[in-house]
Amino acid sequence: MADTVATPKAHGHGEHHDVDYLHDGSLLSWMTTVDHKKLGVMYLWSVLFMFFLGGVFALLIRMELFSSDPSKAMMDAQTYNKVFTLHGAIMVFLFIIPSIPAALGNFVLPIMLGAKDVAFPRLNLASFWVYVTGALIAVTAMVTGGVDTGWTFYTPYSTTTDGSVALMTFAAFVLGFSSILTGVNFIATVHKLRAPGMGWFKMPLFVWGMYATAIIQVLATPVLAITLLLLIMERTFGVGVFDPKLGGDPVLFQHFFWFYSHPAVYIMILPGMAIISEVIPTMSQKTFFGYKATAFSSVAIAIVSFVVWGHHMFTSGQSQLAGAIFSFLTFLVGIPSAIKVFNWITTMYKGSISLEAPMLYALMFLILFGIGGLTGLFLGAMSVDIHLHDTYFVVAHFHYVMMGSTAIAFLAGLHYWWPKMFGRMYNESAARIAAVLVFIGFNTTFLPQFLLGSRGMPRRYYNYLPEFTFLHQVSTVGSWILALGFIIMAGYLFASLRKKFDAPANPWHGRSLEWQIASPPITHNFHEVPVVTAEPYDYYRPFEPSVKGHH
Amino acid sequence: MSSESHVAGHGAEPSFRQHHFINAEQQFDTSKLGMWLFLATEILMFGGLFVGYGLMQSVYPEAWVAGHHHLDRIMGAVNTVFLLCSSFTMVMAVHAASQSEKAKTVRYLLGTLVFAAGFLVIKYFEYSHKFHDGLLPGTHFSYHGGGPPQQAMFFGFYFAMTGLHGFHVVVGMALITWIMLRAMRGEFSSAYYTPVDLVGLYWHLVDLIWIYLFPLLYLVS
Repeated sequence: MADTVATPKAHGHGEHHDVDYLHDGSLLSWMTTVDHKKLGVMYLWSVLFMFFLGGVFALLIRMELFSSDPSKAMMDAQTYNKVFTLHGAIMVFLFIIPSIPAALGNFVLPIMLGAKDVAFPRLNLASFWVYVTGALIAVTAMVTGGVDTGWTFYTPYSTTTDGSVALMTFAAFVLGFSSILTGVNFIATVHKLRAPGMGWFKMPLFVWGMYATAIIQVLATPVLAITLLLLIMERTFGVGVFDPKLGGDPVLFQHFFWFYSHPAVYIMILPGMAIISEVIPTMSQKTFFGYKATAFSSVAIAIVSFVVWGHHMFTSGQSQLAGAIFSFLTFLVGIPSAIKVFNWITTMYKGSISLEAPMLYALMFLILFGIGGLTGLFLGAMSVDIHLHDTYFVVAHFHYVMMGSTAIAFLAGLHYWWPKMFGRMYNESAARIAAVLVFIGFNTTFLPQFLLGSRGMPRRYYNYLPEFTFLHQVSTVGSWILALGFIIMAGYLFASLRKKFDAPANPWHGRSLEWQIASPPITHNFHEVPVVTAEPYDYYRPFEPSVKGHH
Repeated sequence: MSSESHVAGHGAEPSFRQHHFINAEQQFDTSKLGMWLFLATEILMFGGLFVGYGLMQSVYPEAWVAGHHHLDRIMGAVNTVFLLCSSFTMVMAVHAASQSEKAKTVRYLLGTLVFAAGFLVIKYFEYSHKFHDGLLPGTHFSYHGGGPPQQAMFFGFYFAMTGLHGFHVVVGMALITWIMLRAMRGEFSSAYYTPVDLVGLYWHLVDLIWIYLFPLLYLVS
């Protein structure tokens, strides 16, 4: 690309391109913007709202489970089924999947590559409104009958139960499109919009993680789309593909569903890993240890993710041979994941570590992902899984990965890039208090669930035997501590927005391109196209800016 | 392009270049990559249906054979020819656009539209025949001619696959009409014909999927 670069002359044309992107605050400018930064911010508020909503449902679940005495029940069993389904569906489809790529990735990825925008800005806008449409359909499904199938919509229950299953499924279908559009955009951006000098191995690891995520989004989501369409047809026309009464096969639905939804698990975790790969070297002021191994391990996880779906189905009646193969392949995921963990830890070794909020969350991620990842290996072993399948052990495991890893990494990224996105610093002491509360609250909520599960407490049950009472109550108290942490977080983040711009361009002394431009960035990100000469994370030598023309 | 193009309006800069691309070539390459990625998603989506269809065929082979006897091979073959011809006219339209031949581009696009419409007309007759005979998916199946009950599932797949494909034909016709109107306004030339090229790619995929659907559904035995 370098030889075909024409020098853009943004300076000559109207000074308004040099002002920060938040300058034009009118509602219309936000609703119709094609600026990746504004779209990232709109996505951010949307996913945070969904996180709040899903969180409220989570608190309701824990409240209901505080007591096993039916006379003290808050809700009936049917309502409970709807509440946990909404918690899962909202958190998965409306919060976690879009959270890091569409909100933070949208904002940061083009800047990291030295681009003015993503490859297809209008598609990006379309992606956002498709997301909003999907969210509205989901809300309609909730208020017109609700859904009690669990977020996995397993047949034949999902084709026979009452409620708005078809509508909720359609919402997931629409949200899938939004996810595909983001994925297409990121792949094209990474391939074609890198600044001169930005070779593949000069890209920050965040970009590698996003790229691997985008591959899964593009290749796996269409299979979910057709699965959900078939499910809708099944409900409306009684096609019978998944219905044993009509000669269909309900296990086929599980195969289809997990062919998407297991890769989707990596759509959720890879972006989290991507953020950690940025926060740790910056906050340790240390060159990344094993850059290429970490970059390739993201791609390796993406590839292996397509061939492990059967480990969700060890008890479904699939053949023992298939189970053994899926079990073996599942263990393979442990290798690239462990490579990443070792590299993050080695990166910190002898680094100059500063324990500000983003780093606190990154360290939390290492611990929680360690627990979540290793318990995943228990569940990947067939013999153990037969015992633990559909128990709270599984619930605890995936919450350690989804919430303890992905959501915590999202918080690391949120705190890391908040000054860049909004040009303001939040209150650091409050942030540290909230981080500690989140850590304590999270572990208090979910560690007991490992014990509950290994002792036989099944997931999705509305009630339980009296001997589980203590652990359930500890878990519920943990959810309150967690909620308190989030309330404090909301407090200091909103408070920071009331201030004038006070964030320096580079509060954490990072080296990637987003730290070399103003906070908040100007509309076109860069005054001139940057020319990249430095390695990423070259903390071993004095800082050499790639961006010129900044004041 | 409309609102951003003033940023790009520097002397010799072409008006179609969007501001975040360094030059027209980069814009073209990026658009094409994006389209290929989209086509990959389409193939995977239909791929799910193909897998389900193949799996159920292996479970109920006699129902599949019985079911496919209700399909009219002649009509299917004519439709295959229609789509192949439409792909040819589409290739010619893209070529004409790349040579700045406006009149030819419009003519070939019109030809593509006519073949696509012919496809849908035949599909309409096929569908109404099935409706009339009660050859409908799943629980709506009310055919009285006998045969294995799983024919109901065969027709579930038949309508799902041809229906989704038909939807793609309709979307393709809308896209072709759109670029035809733009071609009439003289928006394309050898310097810029990306939309024609991309709609062409999409149309070939629609054709290709039918090339697989025809033998799968009509030529089972």
